[in-house]
Amino acid sequence: MQIIISNSSKEPIYEQITNQIKSSILSGDLKEGTPLPSIRQLAKDLQISVITTKRAYEELEKADFIYSVVGKGSFVAEQNLEVIREKKLKVIEEQLSAVITNSKEIGLSFDELSELLEFLYEE
Amino acid sequence: MENVVELKNVTKKFNGFSVNNIDFKVKKGFVTGFIGANGAGKSTTIKMMMNLLKPDEGEVNLFGLDYKTHEKEIKERIGFVYDGNVFFEGLNLKDIKRIVAPAYKQWDDQLFNHYIEKFDLPLNKAMKKFSKGMQMKASLAIALSHHAELIIMDEPTAGLDPIFRRELLDLLRELMIDGSRTIFFSTHITTDLDRIADYIAFMQEGELVFNQSTEEVAENYAIVKGDLELLDSDTEKSFVNIRRASTGFEALTDNSKKVNDIFGDSVLIERATLEDIMYYLNGGINHV
Repeated sequence: MQIIISNSSKEPIYEQITNQIKSSILSGDLKEGTPLPSIRQLAKDLQISVITTKRAYEELEKADFIYSVVGKGSFVAEQNLEVIREKKLKVIEEQLSAVITNSKEIGLSFDELSELLEFLYEE
Repeated sequence: MENVVELKNVTKKFNGFSVNNIDFKVKKGFVTGFIGANGAGKSTTIKMMMNLLKPDEGEVNLFGLDYKTHEKEIKERIGFVYDGNVFFEGLNLKDIKRIVAPAYKQWDDQLFNHYIEKFDLPLNKAMKKFSKGMQMKASLAIALSHHAELIIMDEPTAGLDPIFRRELLDLLRELMIDGSRTIFFSTHITTDLDRIADYIAFMQEGELVFNQSTEEVAENYAIVKGDLELLDSDTEKSFVNIRRASTGFEALTDNSKKVNDIFGDSVLIERATLEDIMYYLNGGINHV
């Protein structure tokens, strides 16, 4: 598992960790059931405090990306692809609504808009 | 979570100086950084934790035990790492081991040899010829060799070069991996704490200002910069201390969420370093 921490980033360190682990899980690099390093081992490897890695794992657990077994450690949880798809769809709907509002503001017709969309989609 | 150290309403008064009503806990398995300006009462507090000073009021418990009834047992489980030369100057490590080892039931010769080798320490050289870094390593090796569960370090990184400081921090992180040890670490070099401390206890003028996890500190405290016109008697209340200049203000808040609600994008909100927090809380600014 590769994690790169930036000291100059505005993003808090725990968030950098959760985001990187999340994308490894979503991209399939980290498969379901894969054990993660212990909180303390990860803190040592990343040269950060234990409380920070603890926070990162807690957030990942809350978001159902990983689960922990007392005495055994943390593992990548089963990802419900249906749910992820559902969430993505919702985001797309919202973004499209914004596009439609913007189009109406400058008087772009539906046909013109779908032409534009078609053009961009084909690219 | 289990507490290794518990101070309950501890007060100690000296002529012209006192430590008042200190109430705090040190959590097992974590690194607690202890910060504060010179004369804030850090050493007095550490001495009370070590039973080198008795509090006038309040209770000091270590490992859930009281010094009055379990002094020897408690001391067996503490390792104290000083910044200075604790040992008789003319002695070498071999002599020191001979003197110190019998004092501890849990002394582990094998472990001692392991750390001497790991830290590259000479056994036959007089301690007074050791560099500051070597003295620190020797002191730590002895603490680790009697399986100390609580390692109390008073200014361990003061006077050490940057490379050795990093080495020491790496070593401390390694010690924290199994979760059985606790480190309590006083320092002025707050940047050392940024990446090792789990909790920060901050003392000022004999009082404990806060004892929070570094995550809480980062979430609560922030440096806010903005236009002087944004300040009025109402908005000022969200700041701990404000520095004003003709070009704008810079202030410390202990409630960064509230500042965000009030000012939104009209101000710049930045992460406060421990040094920022110490400086502003100490009132190191001329009040206008």
